[in-house]
Amino acid sequence: MKQSQTSRRSFLALAALTPFAAMTATACGTSGPGSSSSGGGASMWYLSGEPNQTTMQKAVDAFTAANPDDKLAVTYFQNDAYKTKIKTAIGAGQAPTIIYGWGGGTLKTYAEANQVDDLTGWFDENPDLKDKFFPASFGAATVDGKIYALPNQYVAPIVLFYNKELFEKAGAQPPKTWDDVMSLVKTFNDMGVAPFSLGGQSRWTSMMWLEYLLDRIGGAEVFTAIFEGKPNSWMDPAVIETGTKIQELVSADGFIKGFSSIAADSNADQALLFTGKAAMMLHGSWTYGAMKKGGQNFVQDGKLGFVQFPTVAGGKGDPKNGVGNPAQYMSISSKAPDAEKETAKKFFKEGILTETVIDTYINSGSVPIVNGIEDKLNTSEDKDFLNFVYDLAKNAPNFQQSWDQALSPTAAEALLNNIDQLFLKSITPQQFAENMNATLGK
Amino acid sequence: MSNAASTTRKPAARAARPKGDPGHSGQRNTALAWLTVPALFFFLAFAVVPLAGVLVLSFASWDGIGAIGSAGLGNWFSVLADPGLYNALGLTFLIMIASWLVQTPISLLLGVFTAGSQRYRAALAVLYFLPLLLSSAAVAIAFKALLDPNFGLATGLGLPFLAQDWLGVPHLALGLVIFVIAWQFVPFHTLIYQGGVRQIPRSLYEAAEIDGAGTIKQFFHITLPQLKYTIITSSTLMVVGSLTYFDLIFVLTGGGPGNSTRILALDMYLRGFRANLMGPASVIAVILVLIGLALALFLQRLGGKDKQGSQLEGM
Repeated sequence: MKQSQTSRRSFLALAALTPFAAMTATACGTSGPGSSSSGGGASMWYLSGEPNQTTMQKAVDAFTAANPDDKLAVTYFQNDAYKTKIKTAIGAGQAPTIIYGWGGGTLKTYAEANQVDDLTGWFDENPDLKDKFFPASFGAATVDGKIYALPNQYVAPIVLFYNKELFEKAGAQPPKTWDDVMSLVKTFNDMGVAPFSLGGQSRWTSMMWLEYLLDRIGGAEVFTAIFEGKPNSWMDPAVIETGTKIQELVSADGFIKGFSSIAADSNADQALLFTGKAAMMLHGSWTYGAMKKGGQNFVQDGKLGFVQFPTVAGGKGDPKNGVGNPAQYMSISSKAPDAEKETAKKFFKEGILTETVIDTYINSGSVPIVNGIEDKLNTSEDKDFLNFVYDLAKNAPNFQQSWDQALSPTAAEALLNNIDQLFLKSITPQQFAENMNATLGK
Repeated sequence: MSNAASTTRKPAARAARPKGDPGHSGQRNTALAWLTVPALFFFLAFAVVPLAGVLVLSFASWDGIGAIGSAGLGNWFSVLADPGLYNALGLTFLIMIASWLVQTPISLLLGVFTAGSQRYRAALAVLYFLPLLLSSAAVAIAFKALLDPNFGLATGLGLPFLAQDWLGVPHLALGLVIFVIAWQFVPFHTLIYQGGVRQIPRSLYEAAEIDGAGTIKQFFHITLPQLKYTIITSSTLMVVGSLTYFDLIFVLTGGGPGNSTRILALDMYLRGFRANLMGPASVIAVILVLIGLALALFLQRLGGKDKQGSQLEGM
């Protein structure tokens, strides 16, 4: 009698606890918001931040309104956080249907692991769609001759922005050569204004300086060799000269005080430029739209100037060369159910870069990657900037994709870490080159 | 689980039991054994299994996305030869020791102070405990905004000495990390000490007063010795906990500037999830587990051999 009581009691104790255990276990299993097994339709992860977040949400709303049978849910993440999150989600089999990214080395990792669908055949079936985009935008979407992503959004070269008001006050002209840069550093420091704004904590912001300098000093071939993993390609003298020039600029107080604690995600670097605390900023062309929206009429009043990156005396690079993002990219997760894949493809074809979306991008100061938009650009209120970006992208003999996206994730992380130390002067240019040389082929 | 097996109650086993109510105590043991099952399940599922997984992964080459391959001892050799590991180890111990040195005296004094029964002390205690309610990420984001050299507190309040590049200069960033960790965790340890002080019998202080001991003498001769085990508990939590100061530092500095706040836990994360090197990251995870275990064992020993002895002998 007693015995049965015991077992019953212990059974009850167990029964009382089991649901909790089960609940916790299942909760852990489905914690990914974009779980592909949700069954509720296709999902997409995209970057937060204006004006692009609103543009994308409107495009998705218009698409789902026109196609009531297709469901597409978007979740927004901060840029720096997203880059880690998406990789982890893909590795865990919890990827959203549509994988947003920048192509290049990261896309190659996904393609080699069969995590994203080969879209070559689909593009062949839809030649109109393929012909719609700038041909150059397909480069970073292609791995071993196969297209794994849809180019979309806009071309985003890195541009040297400057505050016209401060330049007038100083009686200075925007820099055309590296010597101009160094003399402007002195001019503005004497005025009590920081010469360059920089969100150094994000690290890829500092990388933009190296991308342009290396191109201007050594020409496009130097990074092409690095990209192809040629032995000792990081040891090129141009790399060391680039590092030396960067450290000279840091030593001359070229960047705003405290640049290494400023993060680009909060747009503080842009705020420094439009509040007049810094005179210049090297940044992606997408910041134009953000400054127009958040910069208290700084852009609207014509105070924002922009030029190509200056040349370096004795450098081999073509001054027309550009660096930046040739486009943004969207891939389809190979793990998604077929119905979701169909929705995604339909969205690629009909929902993205519609006339409305193209107009929205142009109105927010970006150049969409579609052919035949010259007239639209010319009638826009931002036509000076848009034509500048369009010409830069179109006329560049070489348009280098951002290094951290072009390289493999392993090499990119080492690159960003070493760039951070280079800017802090905790390693020499020689050590920088050696450290990076060790990552070749990884 | 072996207790559960003994529920078969063989008469012999029953007879072997000494006096008392064997049936009843056996029942209790059985019930208690069953009650450990959920805890055991969680321990297995969330501690032992992942630990084994990490150990296996430390011998594998995996980018977190594709197929898992074997790497033999390659990961171990490459990580142990990497100066980055020793930098991270050094920083981890530096932050651990500095945190202990900063937090222990402050929490001890605040604990003694808030243990008093006066009204204003209770009111202040509530204020001290506020940081305990905030998540590490929120704390880090708030401090980051306050310390922004261009738009932060210094500009807002017009205090130029605060306009340092707090997170951009290596030694300042390290000092700041130690400060913010202390700001966040001192309340917790204060709470432990407050409880400890309240356990000390009043009569000890009364006797000391009769003998003519002042407040300071009472503190050093009664309060401090009586808090021996509280100090050990609090220190264990502090030291072992410092191995997991990840979230706060990740949000505050991201390991930077350069590698100056890249502690072991952060190094593991960055290698694994940023650089896609799960193998080397697992090696660091194993090292982290070993250090944690060694430290916990060491601090337990610190209690001394008279651990079971009472501190209230003769009371």
